[in-house]
Amino acid sequence: MNAAGFDSLLIIVPAYNEEAAVGQVVEEIRQVLPGVDILVIDDCSLDQTAAVARRAGARVLSLPYHLGLGGAVQAGYKLAYELGYEYVIRTDGDGQHDPRDIPRIYEALRNSGCQMIIGSRFLEGNSAPTSLVRGLGIRFFRWVLRPILGRPVRDPTSGFVGVNREALQVFSKSFPLEYPEIEALVVLQRRRFRFLEVPCRMRPRLAGRSTITVLKSLYYIIHVLLGVFVNVLKYERRRR
Amino acid sequence: MEELLDFTTGMSLALLALVLFSIRRQHIRVEYSVSWFGAALSLLLLSRWPAALHRLAGWFGIGNPPLALVFIVGTLFLLVLFRLSVIISDLKDANIALTQRVAILEYRLESVHGQKATQG
Repeated sequence: MNAAGFDSLLIIVPAYNEEAAVGQVVEEIRQVLPGVDILVIDDCSLDQTAAVARRAGARVLSLPYHLGLGGAVQAGYKLAYELGYEYVIRTDGDGQHDPRDIPRIYEALRNSGCQMIIGSRFLEGNSAPTSLVRGLGIRFFRWVLRPILGRPVRDPTSGFVGVNREALQVFSKSFPLEYPEIEALVVLQRRRFRFLEVPCRMRPRLAGRSTITVLKSLYYIIHVLLGVFVNVLKYERRRR
Repeated sequence: MEELLDFTTGMSLALLALVLFSIRRQHIRVEYSVSWFGAALSLLLLSRWPAALHRLAGWFGIGNPPLALVFIVGTLFLLVLFRLSVIISDLKDANIALTQRVAILEYRLESVHGQKATQG
């Protein structure tokens, strides 16, 4: 057990060109959870992301080629699974997720019996500033996912998620690569795994600007919708 | 009609020559050239054998054989492009898996070196 008492927990931080934010993200995590293992997955950044993360005290998994978010996160899951971690919590490298919410996700992972815990921006009256298109996209996917998952999900696009070893095993073999959050829920559903949402805070980015534009948001919706239905079809075929 | 068939013959021969040249120069692997060979030979056959083209046009219910030729050309190239999409998808999956594996091995190698340095 490490100094913080977070036994067999790994925090993974996928990061691409986040040199201005990733150091503070790592330091904040270390303040909240002293001694916890932190792995920054550097997705072949063009800046000093890896060096800054190392200086801040994280270990760094450096991808030799830019894979995108899903590929980077899956690399972290694979390594965590091989190293024998029981729990992995993913937080973004831009500082939008508040590390003070990590203990809540960890406790839920340990005690709820669910394979996946989602840090949700929209529980307990919390709200998060999102663009109009993104807000509409979230509402749309809540509606799409409701019958597929058999239960409502408030924040299907949240990247603040924790998984236990069962989910880790699944994700290390099969994980959506481009926009992973929503499709990952469907992948879990195929395995009859359960998820739970816990409230979390969402902050503005510590540095830099979001690259999400209206066009990208529309592409996101179409791409993810296709991915969701492909995963549902895979499930139906497997069951037969 | 004759001009279109002659043009198709020329394009088929040019495609065959291009594929052969590319294989010889190792710009394309033999297994990926099969679809292009198939497409080029089919077009060559149809353009030099009008009776077959008329029969095919009849099967598809197209009264105009040149239109049938365009339809067949389009279909053949769509099939080739689809096969290439499948191949590209496989290659991308393999690249992602290899990239992740290289990163993980590098990480573990650095860990081993770090441990040895600590012990030494």
